[in-house]
Amino acid sequence: MVGRFTVPRISPSEITPESVYLNRRQLMRSAGAVLSATALGAASSSAAAVTGGEALDYASARSGQGFSTDEDKTPLGDVTSYNNFYEFGTDKGDPVDHAHEMTTDPWTVEVSGLVNKPGKLHLEDILGGFDLQERIYRLRCVEAWSMVIPWVGFPLAELLKRFEPTGDARFVEFRTLYRRAEMRGTRSFTSIIDWPYREGLRLDEAMHPLTLMAVGLYGKTLPNQNGAPLRLVVPWKYGFKSIKSIVGIRLLDSQPATSWQTLAPSEYGFYANVNPRVDHPRWSQKYERRLPNSLFDPNRIPTRMFNGYAEQVAHLYKGMDLSRFY
Amino acid sequence: MRGRAIRWGVFILCLTPFLMLAWRAATGALGADPAKTLMLQTGEWSLRFLVLTLLVSPLRQWTGWALVMRMRRMIGLYAFFYACIHLASFGHFYIGWSATILAEELVERPYVTVGFVAWLLLLPLAVTSTRGWQRRLRRHWQRLHRLIYPAAVLACLHLLWQARSDIGEALVYIVMVGALLAWRWRRSRLWHARSRVAATRAAHT
Repeated sequence: MVGRFTVPRISPSEITPESVYLNRRQLMRSAGAVLSATALGAASSSAAAVTGGEALDYASARSGQGFSTDEDKTPLGDVTSYNNFYEFGTDKGDPVDHAHEMTTDPWTVEVSGLVNKPGKLHLEDILGGFDLQERIYRLRCVEAWSMVIPWVGFPLAELLKRFEPTGDARFVEFRTLYRRAEMRGTRSFTSIIDWPYREGLRLDEAMHPLTLMAVGLYGKTLPNQNGAPLRLVVPWKYGFKSIKSIVGIRLLDSQPATSWQTLAPSEYGFYANVNPRVDHPRWSQKYERRLPNSLFDPNRIPTRMFNGYAEQVAHLYKGMDLSRFY
Repeated sequence: MRGRAIRWGVFILCLTPFLMLAWRAATGALGADPAKTLMLQTGEWSLRFLVLTLLVSPLRQWTGWALVMRMRRMIGLYAFFYACIHLASFGHFYIGWSATILAEELVERPYVTVGFVAWLLLLPLAVTSTRGWQRRLRRHWQRLHRLIYPAAVLACLHLLWQARSDIGEALVYIVMVGALLAWRWRRSRLWHARSRVAATRAAHT
């Protein structure tokens, strides 16, 4: 089983130069878009991006152990049109408009660092190589809004085990795709983010059963704006930890530098656990606006410690001063 | 007669962003987080109208149109109008009209304080915008209404402070407000220099 992921295999990217096949895919997609636009009249690319995605085979959400909440789910249209994915622009509406410019097939994730079997995962391995399950999680953004999203994915632990982390590995670093030609946000000359976007977890956090590698939501493969084809979901941490469109996973013996923490260390910590008692300089973290809301019902609810997953994860931080390690 | 028609036209034009927001709110087209959309949009329109208000005097000088001067009050009041909706949305959606949370926000989040002070500076300007007050305050009126300068600077700071990774948008407003204030500073220097020359001449004759 393990061999399947370490044996070198010939992927299209090794035969054809990247720019060539990306262009070819782009052309094919544009051709398709033209056709469907002709068929549907005024269908916009963003509308297609919202409804797109292939059906996935997965086990339904299991209750208990925090794997699933029965709170009202945030509708698909809101989940796919209100996103923070700064590679496509800083406005919440930018990703749905521009993320379709990103090529997600072919896709390769490189697993490296302190592992016995470094190697690569290709899109087929990601979608077909793991038993998929549904997890209905709360997602709490550091900006004090939240959603409830039915993800489809597999525990990150399963992926990591295949590459056999060594005894020295204590942290995991993740890296998002950085492709300027397809990501207009990264071309903004007033942006102060040092691309590519990076995130990290402690190894025990990464191996926790709640930590999910999502490949889909609402039963279908992820729309680009939600981090296709593979993203992290860590439900007890602020949303920015749940890094999207991952191309690199590296195991390390020391804590990696992460994007937001590097940018503003006084605002964003490495841990970034949801914590109503530790305020962010920009937003009070005591309450959250559960989306969708309406002007007549702001849907303001109190934020829970570890986003309501304290029972499952509090033991990971025993004895730590969480106002210092925020 | 023509002036009146133009003024009505501008009035409707300035109200259009509000009407469009109201329409989107009524049809549920404000997105997943309508409260935030309303906040961002009204805040931005308030700043745009502040810039437009500051643009009136230079425009008058460059083009010679007397009519623009007569629009200034209306445009300025619109800046205040959008600032009020902005503030009310914050009060309603973000802090639920809680005085305790407001106090906490003002202390802990300087960008909130700065925005609130900008609104406070605009408040007396809106109140004294009538002809009656203009007459009553006489030359003090003009001095009082220079409060729009710090208000515009604070509004820019309010925006800049909230930029997380991209300061592009804030920079656009900072450059515009900066240029409009620099124009005034230069004008007042020229004016002082000219009156000094006139005074010297008067003394010599």
